[in-house]
Formats: sequence, C-alpha cells, structure tokens
Amino acid sequence: MSAAKWRRAMHTGLTGAPVRARPQAVGRAGGRSAPAAAPTVDSYADSDAPRWLKYLWRTLGARHVFVLVFVLLLPFVASPFLTYQVAAQSLIFGLIALSLSFLAGYGGMVSLAQMSVAGMAGYAVAVLGASGTATSLGWAWWVVVPFALVIAVICSTLIGWLSVRTDGIYTIMITLAIGVAFYYLVLQNYTVFNGFQGFQKVYPPVVWGINWRDPMPFYFLCLFWAMAGYFFIQWLVRTPFGIALQGTRDNARRMNSLGFNVTAHRVAAYAVSGLLAGVGGVLLVWYNGLITPGSVGTGWLINVLVIAVLGGMKHPIGAFLGAIVFILLQTFAIDLIDRERFNLVIGGVFLAIVLFSPDGLLGLWAKLRSRFGPNQVLTSTPQRRQA
Amino acid sequence: MSKGERLATWLLVGGPIAVFSIWALADNMRLYLVTLLNSLTLASLYFIVASGFTLVFGLMRNVNLAHGSLYLLGGYVGYVVARETGWWIIALAAGFLAAAIAGLLIQVLILRRMQGQDLRQTMVTIGLSIVIADILLWIFTGQVYQMEAPELLQGPIRGIPIIKAYSAYRLSLLGFGIAIGLFLWWLLNRTRVGTMIRAGVDDRAMLAAAGVNVNLVFAVTFMLGAGLAGFGGVIGAVELSMVPGEDTRLLLASLIVVIVGGMGSVPGAAIGAAILGLAETYGLAYAPTYSVVFTFVILIVVLAFRPRGIMGRPA
Amino acid sequence: MKVNKRTWIRTMCAAAAMAAVSGAAFAQGAPLKIGLLATLEGPFAAGGADGMRGAELALSQRGGVVAGRKIELVKASSNANPDVAVNATRKLVEQDKVEIMVGPLSGGEGIAVKDYSKTQPQVTFINGGSGAQATTLVNTSPNFFRFNTEGAQWMVGLGKAAMDKGYKRTMIIAEDYAFPYSQVQGFMAEYCRLGGKVPVKAWVPLGGKDYASVIARIPKDVDALLVVLGGADAVNFLTQYENAGGDLPMMGGSITVSQDVLNYKGKRRDSLVGTISAGPVADTFDGADWKAFVADYRKAYPVSAGGFPSPSLFAFVYYVNMKAALDGLAAVNGDLSGGQAKYREALSKMVLKTPTGDVRLDGNRQAIGTTFVTEVVKDAQGNLSTKVSRKVDNVDQTLGIKKEDFQMGTRDVPACP
Repeated sequence: MSAAKWRRAMHTGLTGAPVRARPQAVGRAGGRSAPAAAPTVDSYADSDAPRWLKYLWRTLGARHVFVLVFVLLLPFVASPFLTYQVAAQSLIFGLIALSLSFLAGYGGMVSLAQMSVAGMAGYAVAVLGASGTATSLGWAWWVVVPFALVIAVICSTLIGWLSVRTDGIYTIMITLAIGVAFYYLVLQNYTVFNGFQGFQKVYPPVVWGINWRDPMPFYFLCLFWAMAGYFFIQWLVRTPFGIALQGTRDNARRMNSLGFNVTAHRVAAYAVSGLLAGVGGVLLVWYNGLITPGSVGTGWLINVLVIAVLGGMKHPIGAFLGAIVFILLQTFAIDLIDRERFNLVIGGVFLAIVLFSPDGLLGLWAKLRSRFGPNQVLTSTPQRRQA
Repeated sequence: MSKGERLATWLLVGGPIAVFSIWALADNMRLYLVTLLNSLTLASLYFIVASGFTLVFGLMRNVNLAHGSLYLLGGYVGYVVARETGWWIIALAAGFLAAAIAGLLIQVLILRRMQGQDLRQTMVTIGLSIVIADILLWIFTGQVYQMEAPELLQGPIRGIPIIKAYSAYRLSLLGFGIAIGLFLWWLLNRTRVGTMIRAGVDDRAMLAAAGVNVNLVFAVTFMLGAGLAGFGGVIGAVELSMVPGEDTRLLLASLIVVIVGGMGSVPGAAIGAAILGLAETYGLAYAPTYSVVFTFVILIVVLAFRPRGIMGRPA
Repeated sequence: MKVNKRTWIRTMCAAAAMAAVSGAAFAQGAPLKIGLLATLEGPFAAGGADGMRGAELALSQRGGVVAGRKIELVKASSNANPDVAVNATRKLVEQDKVEIMVGPLSGGEGIAVKDYSKTQPQVTFINGGSGAQATTLVNTSPNFFRFNTEGAQWMVGLGKAAMDKGYKRTMIIAEDYAFPYSQVQGFMAEYCRLGGKVPVKAWVPLGGKDYASVIARIPKDVDALLVVLGGADAVNFLTQYENAGGDLPMMGGSITVSQDVLNYKGKRRDSLVGTISAGPVADTFDGADWKAFVADYRKAYPVSAGGFPSPSLFAFVYYVNMKAALDGLAAVNGDLSGGQAKYREALSKMVLKTPTGDVRLDGNRQAIGTTFVTEVVKDAQGNLSTKVSRKVDNVDQTLGIKKEDFQMGTRDVPACP
C-alpha cells in the first residue's frame, strides 16, 4: 500500500466517515477531497503557495506561535539562573522523558532504562572526550558526540532486543534490573568508569567563538535539540512505521497476522528512543559538567518515569510539561517545604496523578476542556489517536 | 529442549564453574568454603523476600515495586518491637504482620480498583514505594539501626573443620530459608488456598469461572507476599542493618531472582536466589570490581535464551 | 481568531512566571545572606543534620548579628551526589543571591563545588565538611577556602601509634572514593616510613552491605585491620566481623569512630572499645575551649531535641568553617565591597581560634591545624566516646613531607606490601 493511500485510509476511518478532518492529508493527496464528505472545506487547496507553506497555515494556531515566542524570548527576560538551571534542565529531562514517552505511549513498552541509556551516552562523552580525569581519552568533540550517540543507539537496541521477547509487564522489571545493574557497573568499575568519583570537568566545547556553557547559548542548544526531538517524533508517528508501531501497541497479535514483524518494529522503536535519550544524555553531562554513578541511580531512573507520567504520555509535549513541573518543584521545593521531604511531595504527586488522572497533566487538561470549553478538536483521546 | 541441547547447556555452564572450583579449592580452601556458605545464606534471604514477590507477580500479574519498601517497613517495625519487648520472635511476627497489613491495605484500597490495568498498578506501586520510603526516612531518620540477634544465635560457631568459625546467625538464615521454602511448598500443594493460588497463576479467568472468590484469594496472596517481605526485613535487619537504600537493593535482588527463576514459581525463586547469591558472593570474593558484571551477564544470558526464566511457564 | 480560554490561561501563567523571575531579585537591604549546604539525604544524612547544627551554633554564639548586620542563613540539601550539590549551590548563589557560601559536606561534592566556585568570583566559598585532598591541591580555586583539615591530615600520628602498639602488618578495608584515599594516604605515609607493611588493601563500594567476602580474604598473618568506613557500612562490617569469629584489633578512620557511628542503636558497639583512631576531634579532650564548645552544643541541642550526646565531627567542622566566615566578617567590619577583596584577605591571613586550637591557612587556602590520636572508651553512663592519646599540632597538607615527594592518595598510591 503506498504511503498516500495509507494516509487516506487512516483518515477516512473504518465506517467511511472522517475521523478527524485533517485538511493537510487532503492537500497532500493532490487536492482531491476525501471519499466521504469532509465537513471543512480546504480553503487553501487552490492557492499557488508552496505545499509547506500551506501546511504551516493550516496547522499553526495561536497557541503554537505563543509557545514559540515564549521559549525564544525566555533567556532575554529571565535571569541566567532560571535560563540555565530551570529552563535548560527542563528541556534536557524533557527530551529524555520524551524517549520514554514515545516508547510507552506509542509503543506500549514502559522502559525504565532510558536514563541508563542517557547515562551511557554521557559516560561515553566523558570517557572519550576531555575531562578532569586522567583516564579520559581526550578526543575532539565532533568525534566524541556522534560516537556517544551511536553507543546509545546500540545499547538501547540491545536492551530492546532483550526486553521485547516477553509480555509487556515484564518490560518494566527487566529494564529496571538492567538500569540498576548498569548503575552498579559504573559504581564499581574503575578502569573505564572511574567508579564513585565519576568524571568531572566535562564541558561543552567552544565552537565558532561561542562558549556553549554560558546560560544563553546552552539554552538555545538544548532548545534546538528538544524541538528537533519533538518534531521528529511528531513526524515519525505519522509515518507508516509509526502507525504500525501503534498498531503493535494496540494489538500485537493482529499485527502479526497481518504480516508485520512485531519484534522488529519494537526493537526499532527502542533504537529511536535510544537516539533521543543519547542526545539528552550528552546535553546532561554538559549541563552538569560532570557525571557520576549517582546520575544514573535508581532515583533518576524512576524520576524519568515520574516526569513522563506527570506530563502525560499521549502527546510528545507531555514529556516537556512534566519536566518543567518536576524541575520547578525540585528547585523551589526547599523554599516551600523541607527539601528533605521533596521525595514525599514528588511521590505523592505521582501517586495522585496515577490514581486520578492516568494521562497526567495533559489528561487533566483534556478533562477540563471537555467540561468547560466549547466543542473542539480533541488533542488527546484515549482510543483513536494517530498523533 | 532436546536431550543433546540440554547436555550442551549443562556442559557449557557447568564446565567453567567446575574448573574454577577446582582451582579455588586448591588455592585457598577455606575461602572457597566460607564463600559457599556465605552465598547460600545470602541466597536464603533473597529467596524469602523474592518468594513473596513472585507469588504476587505470578498470580496477579502485578509487579509490586513497593516490595522493597515493605521489606524496610517490616525491618523497622521489627526493630522497634524488639527494643520494646526484648523478644526477637515477637519482633519477627510483628514485622511480618506490619508488612502484611500494609499489603492488605494497598491491595484492597488501591489496587483492587485497577483490576486488569497491569501497567497502572505497577506505576501505583512505584509511587507508593517512594512515599513509604520517605515516610520511613522521616520517622527513623538516616541513622543506622542494627538489630540484635537473639541470644541463642549470637556469635560464631567454632570448631568447624577447615572453616574454623562461622557466624551462627548466618547459618540460621539458611535454616529460615529452608523453613520458609517448606512452608510455602506445604501451603501451595497441600492446602485449599494453595490450590486456588496455583490455579490462579495458571488461569485467572477460569478460577473466577469456577466460583472461587478471586478477590479474597488476591488479598490473601498479597498479604502473604508482603508479609514475607516484612519477615525478610526483620531477618535482614540483624545481618545487614536497616538503612534507607536497602529497599532498592532488595527490590533489585527480587527482580533478578524472579526474572532468572521464572515468575510465579516458588521453586524458580529458590533456584534464582541460589544463582544470584552464588554469583554475587563469589564475585565479591574473587573479583570485587567486576562482581556486578557477573550478575549482569547472568541476567542477559537468561533473558536471551530463556526469557521466561528457568522455571517460568508461558503466559 | 478570538482569544480563547486556553490562550488566556497561558498568558496568565507566563505573566506569573515573569513576575516570579523578576520578583526574586529585589534589593538585599541590611541582612547578609549566607548559604549553607549539607547532606540532609542519602548516606550522610545524620552527619549533615549535625553539620547544620554546628553551623547554626556558630551563628547563635554571635547572636545572629555580625558588625551590625543581621545574618540570614539560607539552607540547601544534597545527597552526596556532586551534581545535586552543584545544582543546590547554583540555586543558592544565582537565585537566592547569597554572598558567602558554606558547604558542602562530602568529598566528591567538595571538588565539584570548588570547580563551580571558579565561575562565580563574586561569592566567597567556604568549605563545610568535605575532606578530600584534591579540593585544595589540584586546580585550586582562588575563592574557595577550607578552614578544616582534610582527610589525610586527620590521620597524622596514627601510623606511629600503630607501630607503638606492635601492629607491624595491617590490612586496610576502606570505601572506594576520594575521602578514604586521602585517609589511607595519610596513614600509610607515616606507617610505611616507620617500617609497617600493608599486604592487602580492600576497597569496598560505598553503601555495600555484605562484607563476608572481604572478611574471608583477611590474611592470616596481619596484626590489625584499618577500617575506613563510615556510617552504616562500619556498623555492618563490625557486626559481620565479630560474627565470623574475627578477633583482630581494629584501627578506625576518622569517620569510623565518629559520634554518629558510636551512637548507633545496637549492642555491637561494645566491640569498639579500645580501637585507636585519629581525627580532628576527640570527645574527651580536656581543653577549655573544647569543653565550652561541647557545653554550648549540649545546651542548644539536647539529646531529647535530636542532638547527639557529644558533637560529632561534622558538627565540629561546620562550626569551624562558619566561625571563620563570621570572624572574617567581623574583622573587616562587614565590608564586602570590591569583589570581597578585603574579606578574602582577612580570611587568608586570619588565625582562627577553634575549640581544638589555632588554625591558619596555607598558600592554597587550606587549613593547617591540629590532629588527635584517640582511643575509644566507655564512660559511666555507658556512652562510647574517644579519649586523647596524643595531640599533633600544625599539621599541614603535605603532612611534613617535602612537596616534591608528596603524592596524593589514590587506590594504588601509596603502597608498601
């Protein structure tokens, strides 16, 4: 089935009624309207503007522009502390949580080893690149970073290959065990990972005359990669691969009988998530300027899950929402309550979210809108969701 | 697995172990034997805690990640009771009961409402583990709590050939492990409740269709599983002391034991615990910096070739 | 398109965020903010809590006011992880705008905070309790001051005491991170020079619980064990060693026989009586200043309120560092202008009066101070404490060794099998 036919089939739904009026699908098919009458008329279909511009006009709403302006202007308005410690850190953890969110929300596999994969990339940067420790190899950053990403992807694929051959619920256990085993490995190995000390003074390079460690350049670096990850996932879940992945999430047996290689799709999903987590890991080690076993300990493995669940796993933006809330809580909790009780607060919030709003903040938002707002196109529905 | 394959596996795994054992015995017999005892006793502790985990997992498909916190809860309660009453036996019972009651509350109040949503249940247990661990930290602070072994078991047993002296308490751990194992075997194979649990592990729907009060069976199983964790906590408090952070360690151990041994299988838990205890202890004794790697390797090998675990059965 | 509810709500959130951002930077006024960082979570939680008590004691002894300015302590917590410590410090420095920073507690954190201090030249960083050598030996920072002696300095004198007791061969069991490396180096520098031998060094992971294997590896021909473990690990080791039938005499590192371990709730601690150790404090030292300090601590933090029977090592080092910060302020009359130049010079030149003697700083802003060689005793109430066998003054960071011959402690250095 060609990609265009596929998309049309998805958008008309099983009964022939349009599932969701998505004008850009119509536009892409060359201006033909959908078989069953689509209620909205495509007012841009006949104009001479290039296709990508038409696409932008249709999909961009006020909220997109608003968010974009906000994130671009933030470093100029906020203090360097907020830009660096709150905003950049949120973007980094949002990216790592996005990798989990993608796996869990679109692939149906909850992996607690995402932070470990990020840690592997971070350690690769520290071990192969320049650091304050004698054992680092000191390679140039433009060699080290791709290497680190490749390592992250390979490790994530291996983890995926180990985990996908069993039932869904097993995945949490296996990935948690792998994650904690990785923690103990970096804690107790000295020849490569320098044990408890870890690596200090792992800084981003000075490129084109800009010191990328300064708050503003670093923030834009993180913003760039976070947006790249976000749009990549948005695009990926609409490709045939992405749709098939969601199919395996919904009913693996049926996909299998349709001829799809379920295991291959799942392992590929792990590889993609490994790439995202790897980018997050490189940015994280640059943010902290160091990496130690504590960065990949059980606390952080679970925190990434908390972030993903907090924001909501139904839409990629959920990961970043969750990260912002988490980092804000973590940074400012000590002003409100004892910092020592931070875990209690975070655990309580997580528990509350899982008990009452399993879709996280996005789910809460959707509920509020459906209760108070006018009829609208839903951004997240539990059952029929493409992207 | 065909006979040939089985033989090959045994040779592949047993061969290097046999070679290593011969070398180690020749090199330092005392060290080898002490390590053997250490690993079996540690395995007993892991078995006690992991058996509860595997029962809950096997029957209710619920990965109870709050298992470690229940261990900690049992340990702290046991410590307080031992301090107040001075009787270790009462502390054991108190630890078991405290964790069992906590488990019952969790099952009835929270998990029952999410029947069938395995993932959500697991996430709830994660949240609970964070909350319980922090509350315990609040009450008991980060101080070290070392419980006193009962008079009978204190101090070393001397006069053992080759080894010369060994901790009486650690040997008693072995005794506890065997006792719990026998108790579970009796419970699962000779009582009605046990039959229902085993049936439920095989086919939950059928059990309900046969007219059994499944909710009650679930509650009893969860109580038993949690109670075993608490019981393990009291025992572990003497040997390993009570400190925040123990919960993660024991949880990881339980995870590995269940993955390696097979979910829902108590004999599998025994085998898995033995393997983990042996790997960890021998690793620590002979190659301390790489002991973790052994555990890792075992985990990966089992997952690669027998994803359901050694005694696991298809879902 | 009309402004719908969603856009409106988002605008409000953004406005609130902007307000919070700008609001945080309003004027300081007269109070002076000092940041205080200790490990209130994780393996050193109990020590961190006591450290905060020590720092607050130093402040309350001055009535909370120095040179006419009220001092406001802004507290933060970490969990012995360097990245958490740096994040907490960054918040105190960049968000809460403290002018002086006291902390952190753990060795690895200290190195990370020292690296951070180089990026914030306008703030003076004073150590809290961290005792790794590297902090003031390698890549030193011009605005990081340490008024407490570090791990290696704390072990001066123990090597000689060990030889005096006849321990010619010692096995070392220590945790695998920076601080124990320093401690072992401090011990072995003297011990090896006097002819002692260390056949085996067992490095155990921090927080590891099962010492059965380490105990099984103890060679038959050693005379004593040097145990450099802290907190929970020391407790576990002691129990397991005794249960395994071990009867070798033990020597302790500075945090092994510190108050928070001597206080642990279990009867195994009786086996600690007679252990020799060395460190910056000794509970039963009969110096007048020390007794006054202990009395002050007991009055401010009685056992019923959560204090220890006697101030721990962590309380002491935090007290000393906070006292230095405040004394320095008093010396320049609260003048922190000109990039705090006068203040820092006062700190560098100051002779600090501490409960255990005078402390001066060397060229790397590291303290030169006093070390006690101690032995564990049990008093009439059944509490364990340390009694002084010897007091060594003017211990500097090179431990009396020539600078060219001095090697920082690592896993393999020094070695004298």
